[in-house]
Amino acid sequence: MMLLQAPHYAQQSMIDPAGTKAGAINDFWHFLIVTASIVTAIVFITLFIALAKRRRPADPEAPGEQRSLTRWVTGSVAVTLVIIVVFLFMDFRLGRAIATPPQRTPLRVNVIGHQWWWEFQYPDSATPGNWISTANELHIPVGRPVILRMSARDVIHSFWVPNLSGKKDLIPGHDTETWIEADSAGIYRGQCAEFCGLQHAKMALLVIAEPERQFEQWALGARGAALAPADSTAKAGEQVFLTGGCSVCHAIGGTMAGGTVGPNLTHFGSRLTIAAASLPNTKGNLGGWIVDPQRIKPGSFMPPNALEPDQLEALLAYLEGLK
Amino acid sequence: MATIAATPAHAHESHAHPTGFMSWMSTVDHKRIGTLYLFTALFFFLLGGLEAEIIRMQLQGPNGTLVSAETYNQLFTMHGTTMIFLAIMPLSAAFFNYLIPLQIGARDVAFPRLNAFSYWVYVLGGIFINLSWLLHAAPDGGWFGYAPLTTRAYSPGMNIDFWVLGLQILGVSSLAAGFNFITTIINMRAPGMNLMRMPMFTWAAFVVQFLIVLAFPVITIALVFLMFDRFFGTNFYTTAAGADPLLWQHLFWIFGHPEVYILILPAFGLVSDVLPAHTRKPIFGYPVMVFSLILIAFLGFGVWAHHMFAVGMGPIADTVFGLTTMLIAIPTGVKIFNWIATMHGGSIRFTTACLFCIALVAFFTIGGLSGVMHASPPADLQQTDTYFIVAHFHYVLFGGSMMGLFAGVYHYFPKITGRLLSERIGKWHFWLTAIGMNLTFFPMHMSGLLGMPRRIYRYDAGQGWDGFNLASSIGAYILAVGTLFLVWNIIKSLRSGTRAGNDPWGSPTLEWAIPSPPPEYNFARIPTVTSRYPLWDMKQPALTSEVPHSHRGDKEMEVAVGGKTVGHPHPGPAAQSTRVSESEMHIETETYTPAQVGIVLPDPTVKPFFVALGMVIMLGSPLFMHEAQIREIAGNAAGHRTAMTMFWIFVLGGAALMVGSLYNWLLTPLESDHH
Repeated sequence: MMLLQAPHYAQQSMIDPAGTKAGAINDFWHFLIVTASIVTAIVFITLFIALAKRRRPADPEAPGEQRSLTRWVTGSVAVTLVIIVVFLFMDFRLGRAIATPPQRTPLRVNVIGHQWWWEFQYPDSATPGNWISTANELHIPVGRPVILRMSARDVIHSFWVPNLSGKKDLIPGHDTETWIEADSAGIYRGQCAEFCGLQHAKMALLVIAEPERQFEQWALGARGAALAPADSTAKAGEQVFLTGGCSVCHAIGGTMAGGTVGPNLTHFGSRLTIAAASLPNTKGNLGGWIVDPQRIKPGSFMPPNALEPDQLEALLAYLEGLK
Repeated sequence: MATIAATPAHAHESHAHPTGFMSWMSTVDHKRIGTLYLFTALFFFLLGGLEAEIIRMQLQGPNGTLVSAETYNQLFTMHGTTMIFLAIMPLSAAFFNYLIPLQIGARDVAFPRLNAFSYWVYVLGGIFINLSWLLHAAPDGGWFGYAPLTTRAYSPGMNIDFWVLGLQILGVSSLAAGFNFITTIINMRAPGMNLMRMPMFTWAAFVVQFLIVLAFPVITIALVFLMFDRFFGTNFYTTAAGADPLLWQHLFWIFGHPEVYILILPAFGLVSDVLPAHTRKPIFGYPVMVFSLILIAFLGFGVWAHHMFAVGMGPIADTVFGLTTMLIAIPTGVKIFNWIATMHGGSIRFTTACLFCIALVAFFTIGGLSGVMHASPPADLQQTDTYFIVAHFHYVLFGGSMMGLFAGVYHYFPKITGRLLSERIGKWHFWLTAIGMNLTFFPMHMSGLLGMPRRIYRYDAGQGWDGFNLASSIGAYILAVGTLFLVWNIIKSLRSGTRAGNDPWGSPTLEWAIPSPPPEYNFARIPTVTSRYPLWDMKQPALTSEVPHSHRGDKEMEVAVGGKTVGHPHPGPAAQSTRVSESEMHIETETYTPAQVGIVLPDPTVKPFFVALGMVIMLGSPLFMHEAQIREIAGNAAGHRTAMTMFWIFVLGGAALMVGSLYNWLLTPLESDHH
């Protein structure tokens, strides 16, 4: 299926949760914002009262003024302290609640940060060669915790899908771990939240949460080798891929292409987006990206490719056929 | 700038300071150095503001195309660096310089030439960092410069070199000034001015200097490591060689969080001195205000890792840093409540200075409360690195620091220049700033909650961010117009502002007991201080009936509240050395030359400038080494040699100039002739 428009995904938002962790944090946040709004309102009202009650310079200060003000200040500080203690208590409870995933068999995924794209591996086999390896689109089953083991190849990145969970940094040489869980099926957008250089703005990702059975189906397909080219155009495209520069950086399972610098393209045709969720995966966008990535994402490590029109046509047919 | 500041007409023209260019280059007078700081910092404030305006133009709508990713990253890095190190800190330093000696009744700071040196290092360091724009290589790693992004491997250009070297240069300026002010405040207070009689601004300044001398060495170490990594191939932050990039983050934030208080506490101090003058009431709860300053500063060193919850430090560390961070709300709340109590029942005059103080109380409350929200680690994991944080700290730094500093500018401009700023233009400035600030930064809370991360040069349409970003941009343009009113006000009032006289506001502290602008020697006779508000004791004793006093002529300091004796604290060395009855509090209205009153002042000297110049040339010269390394990699052997030659010329030339001028400085006495 060729997508002609941007995939529809939920508004990237921390106050519209679709996951266990984001939901718990959102509940706490509501308590915080309500309390803070009340405190702000009280401070503003007392400030206005203080300003409105002007004394004429000649008039003496009201008797007992100092004492009543002292009482008011002391009381306010005491109330602040009480609010802080309540905050702390709720904060501890929330922190403990979301620290570890629920006791259900989790799915494990390795997340590897690159300038400026995301690599996802599903280490569900003893042989790494059999792992599903994909990029920028993370498929997860609904209602099952997913433990993300995170590392970075170059600089620090931060994994953030606000509808599902808070952030966790990806730190080179210093693996970290977090977990997410989606409550309902849907496509959730996230993006890198730690400034990671020139194209930090275009390092987005999609989390595609599907019911367990659909997820298993996807995984079955994703584990397999790439589909063989369907027609002669696509076959020519495969040759362009293998003999041009592409395979230096990109891998396609079941072919000679084994590059690991850029995203694995084994099932590229089934992805919704290209260039780290920057553009919908349409033939036009892909063509523009292959010919001149620097125009779309200046500083990207993908070099421009000068291809003859028929070569490009063949390459596009091949790549879009890699379902 | 210097010449503008020099023009204010003087009550006694014949006794005016020399005003030529060289007199500014060679001045060691704390007031003139303060004036230089003020106008230089205001210039950098405009520059940082211009950078912010370009950022807002780029983000005004989705897929902005005004600037490239490269330029955008340089703009937000330089906006942060400029505002923090070249605008707000030096604006505070302007007031430290100008006010500390006047408020404590001293004739200058402890080390006048070191003071000049601090200024010249600051201005030359600021120029050095901004020279990078000429090469289109302005720093682009964020003001926080996280390694390993800022190491050579990921930032091969000269951008980060300018930043890592420039920040070290600026650190020298802050440290020298910090030690100078600590010495001044400890040693040079007028007789009778014990610590609990110091004006609140001097207290805030005192606390901030300790923050500076404790925090800046930490970032200096972090920067030296990074500099060694970049220039000499060490591996402090090279993960491939086993380094942990969290080293940088810990070192940076051990500096970075106290830095927040370095930026905000001077504004708190200014407000605490400006408010009493305009409400005609002593500051409420002075001792508590002092202790909360100290407590904020102390706790400020124990919260740094709340900037790092997302790295995964573990539940214990997260909890502790969350707890210490929330605790800061207590002393901060105390200050807010005390300011409100100071206004309550006062006879307030809504001058521009007073309006800015009120705005600080209101806006800082919003910024403080959103700060408590991300003190909680789980909540912070959603909010950190989003526009919610950008909204938060702009409410703290613009709504807090800048409002306080603007209040200080309006309140002290007449003392500094002898002329009042226009209240009419000032009101325009205030209201445009207040409205513009809220329109700019409040919608950022919303875009942050809707998932907009910081430091992105573009965003796609249809994410719910467009309207909020447009509002922020409109707010930023209103802020720009408001700032132009300030510039207009300064230019106009320097020429034709109302003459201020000694004390235009009816203020209570020593700096208002002398003419405006003050004579070179400040006080012809050093006053003796018997309470916190010596001028009100003389002019409006009713206002200070609740403030502790010692009675004139007492051998022992007696503390009286409301006419009743409540205690006999240790009078301190200053009080013991002078018999209180001999030289009491007085007001000076005449301006003389130092010779007329027999006061010997330090000689002007350009040596501090040359020491600073030599130091900046020396510390900036590694840029040539970087150029040489680039040429070497490119196989350009001749070019490599040329660049290395340049490097050695500059590093040795700079060092020679610095050491030579320093010897010359140290061998010259402070005062040439001893009458």
